[in-house]
Amino acid sequence: MTRTAGRTPLVELSGVSKHYGNVRALEGVSLQVHAGEVTCVLGDNGAGKSTLIKIIAGLHRHDGGTLALDGEATRLSSPREALDRGIATVHQDLAVVPLMPVWRNFFLGSEPRRGVGPFKRMDVDLMRRTTRAELLRMGIDLRDVDQPIGTLSGGERQCVAIARAVYFGAKVLVLDEPTAALGVKQSGVVLKYVAAARDRGLGVVFITHNPHHAYLVGDRFVLLKRGTMTGEHTRDEVALDELTRQMAGGAELDGLRHELRRAQDDEPRRARDAGPRRSAALPPGRG
Amino acid sequence: MSATTEERFLRGSSPLQRLLSRPELGSVVGAVAVFCCFALAADSFLRASSLGTVLYASSTIGIMAVPVALLMIGGEFDLSAGVLVTSSALLSSMFSYQMTANVWVGVGVSLLVTLAVGAFNGVMLARTKLPSFIITLGTFLMLTGMNLGFTKLISGTVSTRTIADMEGFDSARALFASTFTVGGVPVKVTVVWWLALVALGSWILLRTRAGNWIFAVGGNERAARAVGVPVAGTKTGLYMGVALGAWICGQHLLFSYDVVQSGEGVGNELIYIIAAVIGGCLITGGHGSAVGSAVGALLFGMTSKGIVFAEWNPDWFKFFLGAMLLLATLLNTWVRRRAEATK
Repeated sequence: MTRTAGRTPLVELSGVSKHYGNVRALEGVSLQVHAGEVTCVLGDNGAGKSTLIKIIAGLHRHDGGTLALDGEATRLSSPREALDRGIATVHQDLAVVPLMPVWRNFFLGSEPRRGVGPFKRMDVDLMRRTTRAELLRMGIDLRDVDQPIGTLSGGERQCVAIARAVYFGAKVLVLDEPTAALGVKQSGVVLKYVAAARDRGLGVVFITHNPHHAYLVGDRFVLLKRGTMTGEHTRDEVALDELTRQMAGGAELDGLRHELRRAQDDEPRRARDAGPRRSAALPPGRG
Repeated sequence: MSATTEERFLRGSSPLQRLLSRPELGSVVGAVAVFCCFALAADSFLRASSLGTVLYASSTIGIMAVPVALLMIGGEFDLSAGVLVTSSALLSSMFSYQMTANVWVGVGVSLLVTLAVGAFNGVMLARTKLPSFIITLGTFLMLTGMNLGFTKLISGTVSTRTIADMEGFDSARALFASTFTVGGVPVKVTVVWWLALVALGSWILLRTRAGNWIFAVGGNERAARAVGVPVAGTKTGLYMGVALGAWICGQHLLFSYDVVQSGEGVGNELIYIIAAVIGGCLITGGHGSAVGSAVGALLFGMTSKGIVFAEWNPDWFKFFLGAMLLLATLLNTWVRRRAEATK
């Protein structure tokens, strides 16, 4: 099916399902992540992208199907375990602690220490120097790593998180809509780092609802809709137009166009615009 | 915000900006102002003995303000902190008296039980995921009731019996409630405890991994959990820190007065929180310092004793406290906004 069929994927999901009580969040989803490749997961709000991430990141356990790391079926019990297995996740909204300095954020949860017994302490010098050097390698020149990370722009924060994952030896990088809240220029910067991580041999899972961003860096594309897979392509077999059309939902789009034209004449538009941004069918726990 | 990213990075942050972003700045400005105010209003305020009195009043608040500040940086409250001090004192006294044991045995038992109460608060918080306000309000009420109930049940009155003639009392008193003189200033040993705790608290916050975790769980709990920080363990540790402070304060109470009134301590928890907030702790967590809480406690001590030295009506104390709280918080908020103006 794919050009890399002979290799063992870093992460492989086959027929994975997840239920929250009676709500079916994910059903029969399969995907592969290979070293040095970007696997894009495309889907609208409420398609199950967040649930998928949480399973790969070890925040939730899947109910059905298999999750294999390096060909070995497993069930991740905590984010810590996922990290230890080389899966680093950069969450869209919970990537950093805004009030903490950049260097503290960079090493949060994996602080290097020196000294013995009660005098064991963080190696602050090393942490500061490393943060600065690693960000420089990613092309971010931060004069003051002591500034609160909340003072950085959204794109820069994503980049810090990516640089951190790369530094800590991640084999798989999971990015949760890294470009969703960003402008065009900032998105470009983030996509550059996605490509940089890929070129350094990491397997990248890139979650997005923007097919244009996905097509710029992606090698494989998985389309999700209401928790099920509606398509799976490699870069060779699909063109951007086709991806965009499938993503937008083809026939549905025509129906929507028709509906919107009528709506403009019949009633004020803001009645529709005032609705919730995310679908009500969203599983609980997605903040 | 028209400045581009590159420009913003080049600008960096000036030393002044860095100074302004210190959490304790507001409280230091306030403390200097209050000090000058009372130095002018009351001649006796600057005497050596007065300094000792002010430091003593500050230290009894400050010992608790340090762990309460750390807990607040970690994003939680402890409303049971005030009565836990009394519980701890009652326990030492009554255990030693009833068992006719060396008072050090009572002191040790009290330490274990007090730490257990702190652990209870932390574990309840982690298990139930209820707000700490509710959980510690429950602990607060239960402890208040237990303090009165057990004391009446065991002693027959609302206070404990004297233990001054028991073995180990003098050595325990030396550790928890003695006075020594430094350069003509009579200093209570609680001041030493206070300064030691401030140093320990600062060390933990600024230089240890636990400190990094405390800032993280208070600043963004979900982010902390996602990168593998043990959130429940960190918070439980913080509550046990408050319990440790309560134990020290409680032993001081016992060994300086010999008998303990079972109804004491109610309302003090708010004073600790106020000291921490005046000292620059963000009430929503993630920001603050141990030194700030010490300055907050010092402000508190200066005001409470300064009013007496100035021979003002002490009824006004609470008014000053409230005004200081508002001013310090406003100043802190303003300063932080200035410091993060690039946001």
